[in-house]
Amino acid sequence: MKESAEIQRAIHSNPWPDKHRGRAYLQQVVFLFFRVAAVVNGLALLIVVTFLVAKGYTAINWTFLTQPPMDSMTKGGILPCIIGTLCLSLGSMLIALPIGVASAIYLHEYARPGRVLRLIRLGINNLAGVPSVVFGLFGLAFFVVYMKMGTSLLAGSLTLGALTLPVIIGSAEEALRAVPGTYREASLGLGATKWQTIWRVVLPAALPGILTGAILGVGRAAGETAPIMFTAAVFFTPSLPTSLFDEVMALPYHIYVLATAGTEIEKTRHLQYGTALVLIVLVLGLNLIAIIYRARLRRKMR
Amino acid sequence: MATGNVAGKISSETFSAQRRRPWDRITRETETVTKGNRQAETRRKKEQGIRALFFIIASASIITLSLIVLFLFMEGLPIFKKVSVKAFLFGKLWYPTSDPADFGIFALIMASVAVTAVASLISIPLGVMTAVYLAEVASWRLREVVKPIVELLAALPSVVIGFFGMVVVAPLLQDLLDVATGLNLFNAALMLAFMSVPTICSISEDAIFGVPTELKEASLALGATHWETIWRVIVPASISGISTAVILGMSRAIGETMVVLMVAGGAAMVPTSLFDPVRPMPASIAAEMAEAPFRGDHYYALFATGIVLFAFTFLFNLVADYVSNRYRQVGAATL
Repeated sequence: MKESAEIQRAIHSNPWPDKHRGRAYLQQVVFLFFRVAAVVNGLALLIVVTFLVAKGYTAINWTFLTQPPMDSMTKGGILPCIIGTLCLSLGSMLIALPIGVASAIYLHEYARPGRVLRLIRLGINNLAGVPSVVFGLFGLAFFVVYMKMGTSLLAGSLTLGALTLPVIIGSAEEALRAVPGTYREASLGLGATKWQTIWRVVLPAALPGILTGAILGVGRAAGETAPIMFTAAVFFTPSLPTSLFDEVMALPYHIYVLATAGTEIEKTRHLQYGTALVLIVLVLGLNLIAIIYRARLRRKMR
Repeated sequence: MATGNVAGKISSETFSAQRRRPWDRITRETETVTKGNRQAETRRKKEQGIRALFFIIASASIITLSLIVLFLFMEGLPIFKKVSVKAFLFGKLWYPTSDPADFGIFALIMASVAVTAVASLISIPLGVMTAVYLAEVASWRLREVVKPIVELLAALPSVVIGFFGMVVVAPLLQDLLDVATGLNLFNAALMLAFMSVPTICSISEDAIFGVPTELKEASLALGATHWETIWRVIVPASISGISTAVILGMSRAIGETMVVLMVAGGAAMVPTSLFDPVRPMPASIAAEMAEAPFRGDHYYALFATGIVLFAFTFLFNLVADYVSNRYRQVGAATL
């Protein structure tokens, strides 16, 4: 990388002969387009976030965060939604994290290249590509109806767990890949078995990376709407969940309901902005933590 | 442990064989020497047990995928007792609640295809250009700023983007373009584009970043400008990764639910203009499932719509997998 940068610098320091000046201009114009593309992405994020912050922060106060909705959801707060979303995303992690990390261990530490490995990878890739609404249908048909869980926290967590599984596997595998091979060789060389090596050496070294993946997984699960629409979330329930089989309210579903259903869409606008703001603060906050944490990890590794 | 004969067991074959993980050899060697030693034998059995356990857990993904397919078909196929597959796929009328009901999802399929196509027109150039910018043009420091921005864009919950499209973009479109409703195909496509840009961008960037430096240096040394190098060398060398990225981006767009549910307008008609309200498949499923009587025709029809939607994304993913394996760039030698 360094050498090619030097070559480039050498080329650019050379004054261009008239014959080739057009090529240099062309490059400048094209690169300008690239910069614009990058800026457009940044702007998109900036516009969405600033808009929601500007419109939403007036709705946020202590009552809003600590009270259930009142007067058929036109007043009051969103406490049940916050609790519901937290329960759902933590529940999904309880399911996806052990399975995901174990899958990643198999894929990276045990599996040998071959047809079986390719099949498993194909399965993971395709699971990652399944539309969220199809996860919702699956959760409805399998967990809610077939397993007789009903519309419940459990069914929603399981559905979200299936959805976040590929995310967890991906980041756990990346974390395992970052553990130097010499660690394993040293442990095996001391006479440890493969499992002892994985449990005592590889996993502790990969743990920070795996945790980053778990944080991203929580963020992903917290923001999903379609998978919980038929499996866990309800328009309104005054009580907080007390068991795994309770229905819950959830932030993303609450936004959807307030913004599209009901007769008082305009009247509850400020509640919608407020809920959306709470949701993006939660989701983007989790992602920011993961990004910063990962950047620090990488710096440490270097 | 008997270590004396380890050296003898390491044949030239184990050395020459290309291994992904060099430490595998060590494990395998220790496995062979422990034969006959009872304590070591139980240890080996235990290791094999653990390995088998991990294999079973690792197949959870593929089992889940199979269960998804199984249950979609179980709940979706009964509709074909009422309508033929052809009438279902190509029927233009979707009146699931009238009597007699019409279950033709052609308009929903066309809506999904149209929304995805328009979104791709925006997201492919934007995503690929941002990827090239990140991998080739941006300085190290800018890269460290722009990359997290793209990741955060990917993390924005779809319901928030849908909400934004409803309350900001829709009135804007209505005023600016003087169309009947701001909740239409174009608005949905625009929102979807920004949802698939991060997918396209990050996978393409990996591919572009993975192009061997020798190729780039050779091109620069021949007198090509940086842009000429990107266009004639780097992009062709990473085209399989970029194609995979584009396909996965489109797959994400066609399956995305909340945005099209909130922003697309909801009219089950085959779109004829960019500003028609439409009802893509995911929107139809999400909007109607709550009201559909349990295991009635409507319910079955919605699951069948789910099968079609799943088939689309499954196909996209298979093609992406094929492209990325078939044309994988393993080094300068394969060019």
